[in-house]
Amino acid sequence: MTKQEIEKNVELIREISGCDPYKCMRCGKCSGSCPSFNEMDIKPHQFASYIINGNVEELVSSKSLWKCLSCFACIERCPRNVEPGKLIDAARQLVERERGGDHLQAEDIPELLNEDVPQQLLVSAYRRYRR
Amino acid sequence: MKYSYYPGCTLKNKAQDLDRYARLSAAALGFELEEIPEWQCCGGVYPLGTDEIATKLSSVRALNHAKEQGQDLITLCTACHHVLKRVNDDMKNNEDISTRANNYMQLDEPYKGETSVKHFLEVLRDEIGFDELKSKVVKPLEGKKIGAYYGCLVLRPGKILEFDDPENPKIMEDFIRALGGEPVIYPYRNECCGAYTSLKDGGISQERTKLIFDSSSGFGADMLITACPLCMYNLNKSEADSKVPVYYFTELLAEALGVKEGE
Repeated sequence: MTKQEIEKNVELIREISGCDPYKCMRCGKCSGSCPSFNEMDIKPHQFASYIINGNVEELVSSKSLWKCLSCFACIERCPRNVEPGKLIDAARQLVERERGGDHLQAEDIPELLNEDVPQQLLVSAYRRYRR
Repeated sequence: MKYSYYPGCTLKNKAQDLDRYARLSAAALGFELEEIPEWQCCGGVYPLGTDEIATKLSSVRALNHAKEQGQDLITLCTACHHVLKRVNDDMKNNEDISTRANNYMQLDEPYKGETSVKHFLEVLRDEIGFDELKSKVVKPLEGKKIGAYYGCLVLRPGKILEFDDPENPKIMEDFIRALGGEPVIYPYRNECCGAYTSLKDGGISQERTKLIFDSSSGFGADMLITACPLCMYNLNKSEADSKVPVYYFTELLAEALGVKEGE
């Protein structure tokens, strides 16, 4: 990414999320609450600093994008309204809004099914993994 | 009392029990669920992006229908509840989203979040009342130690969902008491089950559900209740040694009201 692309993406993440990463004081409440903490390479309390420091390329290629469960624990507990779950969701949107950014293909669905899979699981996975 | 009712896609398929027992129980308690005609899927996950409009329109259509009927809108599935409640909040309090959604919808009268969205459990607590519910119970769940599994979607973010204290809820425990059962309070009752990751990656939900079952069984629960079809699925697929049976809360409700075999 060029410097301009990085700046544009930082601005997009702030716009899409509606959150201000500069308010983060790194208290760690989000990482302490996150059920996917062990699965993430970049941890919730680090999301804001990656954006502030322009490390967007690392953030959008992080596996953390696909490990957030949307449980809203970090959003509920953030004392500064930075709401890391919204920041990582905006980073995910940046990826999925690009051509080829989908994390789930329709052709893959049949082999992921079993007779008990609820419709809610399919629609939720579709909304999280692709546009 | 008549309510607009939004069942959602799963309650028409894999979670028919959640729907069926709710309808039977509502009839026994004297209120009616009038299904919204031609409702559309809520999408399962609330779109967090501030510029997401199209993904919210199916919710707006359902909310506006309830407004036109002059009815409150009732949900059962916690995912539908979460999405509808948050879109309603956007339509009420987020001028940008509300304006753009209304520009697209071109309704006779713009929708501004007028509808009141209530979960079925909130109707039991706030409209029927748990004391009144208790008086209608004919087969109390005596001797049953029941753990309420709330999950995430119905509780958080507490400021918008306004369902109960998101860190220390009690509505489902009060519900269990009203039915004559003994609620078991355990720390993992409002922790995530792994959600949609179980479609591609069962590892997270296996780990999460083991924690939930170890925690609830450790505190003595014989069974869990839930209002979420995806929590139900992930819990049922758990390979935890401490696993106990999981029921939709409406099944125990219908059983206690003596209407379970009514259909």
